[in-house]
Amino acid sequence: MTITLIVNEAEHRVAADPETPLLYVLRNDLKLKATRFGCGQGQCGACTVVMDGKAVASCDLPVSAAAGKTITTVEGLSTGGKLHPLQRAFIAEQAAQCGYCLSGILMAAKALLDANARPSEAEIRAALTDNFCRCGTHQRIIRAIQRAADEVAT
Amino acid sequence: MSETPVNAPRKLPGSLEANRRLDRWLRINRDGTVTVFPGKVEIGQGILTVFTQIVAEELDVALERVRLAPSDTSYSPDEGITSGSRSVQEGGIALLHAAAEARDLLLQRAASRLGVSLEQLAVEDGVVTARSGGAITYWDLTSEELLAREATGDIAPKSPKEHTLIGTPVPRHDIPGKISGAPAYVQDLELPGMLHGRIVRPPSPGARLTAFDEAQVRSMPGIVEVVRDGSFLGVIAEREEQAIRALNRCKRIAQWHEISALPGTDPRYLLRADAKTEVISEKSDEAALARSKRSLEAEYTRPFIAHASMAPSCAVATHDKGAFTVWTHSQGIYPLRTELTKVLGVPERAITVIHVEGAGCYGHNGADDAACDAALLARAVPGRPVRVQWMREDEFGWEPFGSAMVVRMSGAVDGEGRIVNWTHDLWSHGHSTRPVGRDGANLLGAWYLEKPVPAATPGNPPLPAGGSHRNAIPLYEFPNQRITNHLVLRAPLRTSALRSLGAHPNVFAIESFMDELAAAAGADPVEFRLRHLKDPRARAVIEAAAEEAGWRKGGKGDGARGRGIGFARYKNVGCYAAVVVEVEIGNEIAVRRAWAAVDAGLAINPDGIANQIEGGVIQTVSWTLKEQVQYDAQRVTTLNWTDYPILSFAEAPAVEVTLINRPGEPPLGTGEGAQGPTAAAIGNAVFNAMGVRVRDMPLTRERVIAALA
Repeated sequence: MTITLIVNEAEHRVAADPETPLLYVLRNDLKLKATRFGCGQGQCGACTVVMDGKAVASCDLPVSAAAGKTITTVEGLSTGGKLHPLQRAFIAEQAAQCGYCLSGILMAAKALLDANARPSEAEIRAALTDNFCRCGTHQRIIRAIQRAADEVAT
Repeated sequence: MSETPVNAPRKLPGSLEANRRLDRWLRINRDGTVTVFPGKVEIGQGILTVFTQIVAEELDVALERVRLAPSDTSYSPDEGITSGSRSVQEGGIALLHAAAEARDLLLQRAASRLGVSLEQLAVEDGVVTARSGGAITYWDLTSEELLAREATGDIAPKSPKEHTLIGTPVPRHDIPGKISGAPAYVQDLELPGMLHGRIVRPPSPGARLTAFDEAQVRSMPGIVEVVRDGSFLGVIAEREEQAIRALNRCKRIAQWHEISALPGTDPRYLLRADAKTEVISEKSDEAALARSKRSLEAEYTRPFIAHASMAPSCAVATHDKGAFTVWTHSQGIYPLRTELTKVLGVPERAITVIHVEGAGCYGHNGADDAACDAALLARAVPGRPVRVQWMREDEFGWEPFGSAMVVRMSGAVDGEGRIVNWTHDLWSHGHSTRPVGRDGANLLGAWYLEKPVPAATPGNPPLPAGGSHRNAIPLYEFPNQRITNHLVLRAPLRTSALRSLGAHPNVFAIESFMDELAAAAGADPVEFRLRHLKDPRARAVIEAAAEEAGWRKGGKGDGARGRGIGFARYKNVGCYAAVVVEVEIGNEIAVRRAWAAVDAGLAINPDGIANQIEGGVIQTVSWTLKEQVQYDAQRVTTLNWTDYPILSFAEAPAVEVTLINRPGEPPLGTGEGAQGPTAAAIGNAVFNAMGVRVRDMPLTRERVIAALA
């Protein structure tokens, strides 16, 4: 079956079983490797993408449910060769250890900032409820999201 | 004592001793770059950035010129396993000295080319200038032969006063790629013609496959091969989701004979098991013992804990014309290669192991096993690469866990509030079943083959680092002490190295018990520790953590909030760390803030150290408050994140790190320094807040309530 997806502002037609999780279509058909497998059950957030403005887990979402929706992945964060404020902030705060969780966290943070430009620390923590970090980089990640919000606001 | 023969080669620093040729470590390229060949690997700790910093510093070149070659058994130095917070001491020190020698060789060439003496030369970013005029670059001076020689050990690296890069918070080299979506992990590797494999793991340890109708799986869409070798079962498909569907069908139709008999989840089953008992430290002073005024006993436990990496293990392998190539996030490419020879039945020269990063591993997880799985599947489809991705339940169900442990303490104080007697008995399984095993093969898939290669006898790394007995010998000075290790060799579940090994439960017990004795002596916990410590570096981290936290001598909690401290010198030879935490007890026990002070000798990258310590504290809060692997009489029942909650963003504390830099001291790793002190600080803060002692991890609300009753 051919399914049409709009990913990072480009239209893609992919031949895949409609039940295939969106994650595998992104990674294996579209070769967008930033979105990562963590659990396959929508529990850990490593596979988070932004779909129609909302952060969603792509690992247990059938690709058919994403047809025609607007999807953004980390590969679509920067525009015109310019890093997104979130990306700049994560570098500035050195907000990574292994970094495996970061793609999902960046997308959850993007959905948050797009909806709420000046989130409080508590709102940032709440927006990351479905994202895990095992290395313990939490406070750097929270600081980075605050920094990005500050940069966008000023 | 043996004498050193007169013409024996000089002992070289760090891993240079076992890998003596300079060109194994470094290459000076004609194109204005320097290539570094590390044997230690990136496991999320930021070590590769530190290596570039060390090399750029010693060579006097800009950081941007330094490239990193992936670790590969075809050419990389053999540095064993990346573990034990030893990468700076072993790999970093080797690179420091190799780069210093390379610089010296370049300067000798420059001196002869420019016709001046060495003293006349200065270097800036690879440009060598003579005081009398004239200049030449490293890139013009270099040649293949330049570093084709053994290190001499004669060239001293720079003195700390000369450092311009070492000691500065150089940003991580890998973050720009990782936040831009570039492929970064072995999970992202994609080779032409690559197939997708999944392994059908048994339902419980040791189970045998008794019936399986292959035809039901072979007929599924995209299935290329079904691999069955004894009870080792795997599927290979064109597409990833096809492999997963086949895996799920296999799980439904495969029949197994289960044999495992697991004990209860209370770690005290260890006390009843057969153990190898060894006294590892003993001191005796009858006169001091006679001064005993008050005696205490206490028992502390930790359950099995999972590494629970964010990424389930993954590997890619090819088998072509009898030779295997394996891409893996293993912590030791050479030990893995040796182990694979036992399983694949081919010599080392027929196996190439290449390291590609995985997610943070925190010790021995499924990485090596996934590599073995991929090689076993690749053998069935010669010429085509096979990517094996473990599912989440594979990682939780089959990774080696950090061993459950029981620690029994007893001690006595005299009338002056000084400890006069101290005993520490610990019960644990072995903490090291990594490749290479002394006998057998420590690769999961190998145990289930038609002709199995059995697991090696589990054991412990020897002291001073130790395994289950890591950090069991206190740094405090006691006139009487006896430390006894009860090693339970037969483990019901697979156990191996989890970040800090036995240090987490041992330091939890030691530092909790120090607080219990302090309370018995009516002393402040900080002052009580200092009373028993001579080592000035140990005292300094305790004092610094207390000061940063605003420690109030004799301060009491308010029934909901409290503070506690914990201290250790990791492995008794590594970094010094003290941690103060503040807990708040409501519906759950929450750690809100933590203050850590660390002395890692010469600090090469202060921000890297802070990051490791922050992460160590936060991860330990998670272990200590929340984590326990669950199992029933036969099977591991922790299979997903709902079964194994970890600390969330809502719960993560703010951590402040104070670094005590000692440029005159050798650099020490910090990756595991925070685990023990943090665990104990939490237990001590709970006591400070509520006046009750919880001695079983995880420290839960239910256990606080039970202790209050």
